Amino acid sequence: MASVSTPLAPLEAQPSPSFIKRLRAGDAVAHTITLIAASSIFLVTLLLVYYLWSESVLPRQKFGWNFIFTSVWDPVAGQFGALPFVFGTAVTAILALIISVPIGLGAAIFLAELAPRRISSYMTFLIELLAAVPSVIYGLLGITLLVPVLQSHVVPALKATLGFLPIFSGPFYGVSIFSASVVLAIMIVPFIVSVSREVLLAVPTEQREASLALGSTRWETTWKVVVPYASRGIYGSIFLALARALGETMAVTMVIGNTPRIQTSLLAPGYTIAAVIASEFTEATGDLYLQALIELGLVLFALTILINGIAQLLILATGPRLARS
Amino acid sequence: MTSVTTPMFTPAPPTGESKPREHSEVKLRTEDLSFYYGSFKALHGVTLEILERRITALIGPSGCGKSTFLRALNRISESIRNSRIEGRITLDDADVLKMDVTALRRRVGMVFQRPNPFPKSIFDNVAYGVRVNGLADQRSLKEVVERSLHRAALWDEVKDKLHDSALALSGGQQQRLCIARALAIDPEVLLLDEPCSALDPIATAKIEDLLFNLKDQCTIVIVTHNMQQAARVADFTGFFLMGKLIEFDRTEIMFKKPSKKETEDYITGRFG
Amino acid sequence: MTRGQWRKGVNAAMLSLTGLCTILVASVLFVILAYLAWNGGRSLNWDFFTKLPAPVGESGGGMVNAIVGSGKLLAVAVLIGVPTGFLGGVYLAEFGHGWFPYLVRYATDLLNGVPSIVMGIFAYAMVVHRMGHFSTVAGGVALGVMMIPIALRTTEEFLHGVPGSLREGAMALGASKSRTVFTVVVPAALDGIVSGMMLDLARVAGETAPLLFTALGNPFWSKGWLEPTASLPVMIYTYAISPYEDWHRQAWAAGFVLLSLVLAVNVAARLILSRATSHR
Repeated sequence: MASVSTPLAPLEAQPSPSFIKRLRAGDAVAHTITLIAASSIFLVTLLLVYYLWSESVLPRQKFGWNFIFTSVWDPVAGQFGALPFVFGTAVTAILALIISVPIGLGAAIFLAELAPRRISSYMTFLIELLAAVPSVIYGLLGITLLVPVLQSHVVPALKATLGFLPIFSGPFYGVSIFSASVVLAIMIVPFIVSVSREVLLAVPTEQREASLALGSTRWETTWKVVVPYASRGIYGSIFLALARALGETMAVTMVIGNTPRIQTSLLAPGYTIAAVIASEFTEATGDLYLQALIELGLVLFALTILINGIAQLLILATGPRLARS
Repeated sequence: MTSVTTPMFTPAPPTGESKPREHSEVKLRTEDLSFYYGSFKALHGVTLEILERRITALIGPSGCGKSTFLRALNRISESIRNSRIEGRITLDDADVLKMDVTALRRRVGMVFQRPNPFPKSIFDNVAYGVRVNGLADQRSLKEVVERSLHRAALWDEVKDKLHDSALALSGGQQQRLCIARALAIDPEVLLLDEPCSALDPIATAKIEDLLFNLKDQCTIVIVTHNMQQAARVADFTGFFLMGKLIEFDRTEIMFKKPSKKETEDYITGRFG
Repeated sequence: MTRGQWRKGVNAAMLSLTGLCTILVASVLFVILAYLAWNGGRSLNWDFFTKLPAPVGESGGGMVNAIVGSGKLLAVAVLIGVPTGFLGGVYLAEFGHGWFPYLVRYATDLLNGVPSIVMGIFAYAMVVHRMGHFSTVAGGVALGVMMIPIALRTTEEFLHGVPGSLREGAMALGASKSRTVFTVVVPAALDGIVSGMMLDLARVAGETAPLLFTALGNPFWSKGWLEPTASLPVMIYTYAISPYEDWHRQAWAAGFVLLSLVLAVNVAARLILSRATSHR
């Protein structure tokens, strides 16, 4: 019945050449812009290395490799040796690992293998929140809560039992290598838990079933089959935690005592590379002093790159298990 | 058996061997066994008797519950969340569901569908169950491992490389290794969940042969989606469909003259 | 005791031991929150949010300049870090091919592992040294550059997560590559990308070390972008190590505010993330 409406003009069969040109140009532009953005990473890395190198030329010329092996840090006399800081960095990091790895691994095993699913997800969420707490907050609590607790309870108990050991000798004034190690341990535990847990969860169920079917208890299955299977990834998580511990600045500088001396006792104050840069950079008088601090930054940079590189390799290696023969 | 009226499948020869056996004892029995994944009822009141030192095959289409049934027998299904078992399972008249589960699994071993050797050496794989259960000291351990590898028809192929990684073996060898590992703790029952489904025909034939040889020492329950395999290997066969045990009888009866229509339909290939 | 009993005992003991480890670790969070809430909450008052710091030794005053300063620093950081990281991630996921993307990923992970204090040295050399003085911009650059690696990887990861069928559907309708990416793929991954950026922001918001010699600090208002500025984390540090009781009190308050903000953003980001993944 109705009137025949005028048919719509047919859509153009082919887009016009200029449209296509604009399309292609749009793609090219997008490609270029995003490429530039991605390349910024290289730019930053190169600039970083360049600055660290060029702005540390004075101490490198003056001290050479001895910089790393000299234990005297005396800005007034113009003597700059990195050894106290390398020592402090290494000792605090290693001690922090000794404390945090068993606890972190234990928690990861509980969360991945032994705990019921609900408990596991809530606890994992909480522990991952811990990783988000800023370093300066740990430092604040370190000074006001941890150090007094160490002073009044932990260290006296330590001295009573193990005080004969040289590492626990001498007076304890609160700020010390020991305190810094404990704070560091608390800070890196969440990383160990988080990464190890994921690595454990990635172990195939068939492995667990095979072990259980042979009459193992759950713990035996976990310890003798699952953990060995995931061992490379677990080592990776430890290296990651180590890399973090090496670079931690604020919490350490607030509880370590900031003293550039190498001493046997863990209860004595000390210094780390990151801590000395943080506390003395703005006070540095003269180019040599400042550049010595920058050279310390270079050392720290090299160290963390190395450790992180190893960590990445280990974590990647827990993918498909390759035959060892 | 080459006459014209040869049945479609050549069933296993009747079990008349060196020892005359009129009655076989019942090794494993289930009474009204039901299994739930959450609210889904995967097994509906299965009542079944598995005779000792025989090979019992469980067949049926995908999803019919035969694997679920098998995994209930050694309670490996317990680790699935929200699962529930109802009914009774007895091993030599002892209640399986009330037993200590690690003791149960020492007596009822399992081989899985895909080979799952541990990333350890061949020796350590076989020795694992023995060590964990404290069944042999250092000296006898070597003998136990060797004996198990013989029983699994793998010894000749690996005797020179016992300390190499198990993962370097082929698929068929890995599965025989898993069988050796399960046998090392001397189980009374061996459960096999489609053990040959990931293997080629030659590897499959090797495993079927070794099961035949194992029968004397061990009660064997094998789930298979391959009817010819059941016909070749098993003394008894049970047919599962949609969580129910439809029929259970001696293999030759199941394949030649099944009493239920569903069984006949499945065996003749009307569905599958 | 039989061997079986021993094994069961070990099983139970290890369950308890590992559970104890977990409780120990998780309880740290509660201790931190409780302590900060108690000490910091008590010290929070209106002055904190509205007044400038009082002269050294005098009590009273607040941290309004630090709060605003942190805001400005983060604004610069976001301006530098988010677009660069986002576009770089788009490149890796959508446009890159060959060996170059591998190199970029490797360099990104490398840069991510660099300690924040070294990034501070970088910003010092690049900005402060050149300009001859400390500034908000320098601090913002340090934080912004720290944001790039995570922003990049997060964007790439979530873009990868978008199924190929979506891209194919758009291109089959004649959409160009760039159009597909920006009008179809990115919106599909947006929840994840946004949550990743939020986590990234929360992370740099708490950073102190790189600010110590870039933005430095300022007891007064910082005008514009080229003057040194106070910031919450640096104030916490300065006040906490000082000998003044009143400053300690204010450090608690600032710590409470900072942690609350950081955790709030973290929780919000994770909620967005879980909502995004449950939609798939």
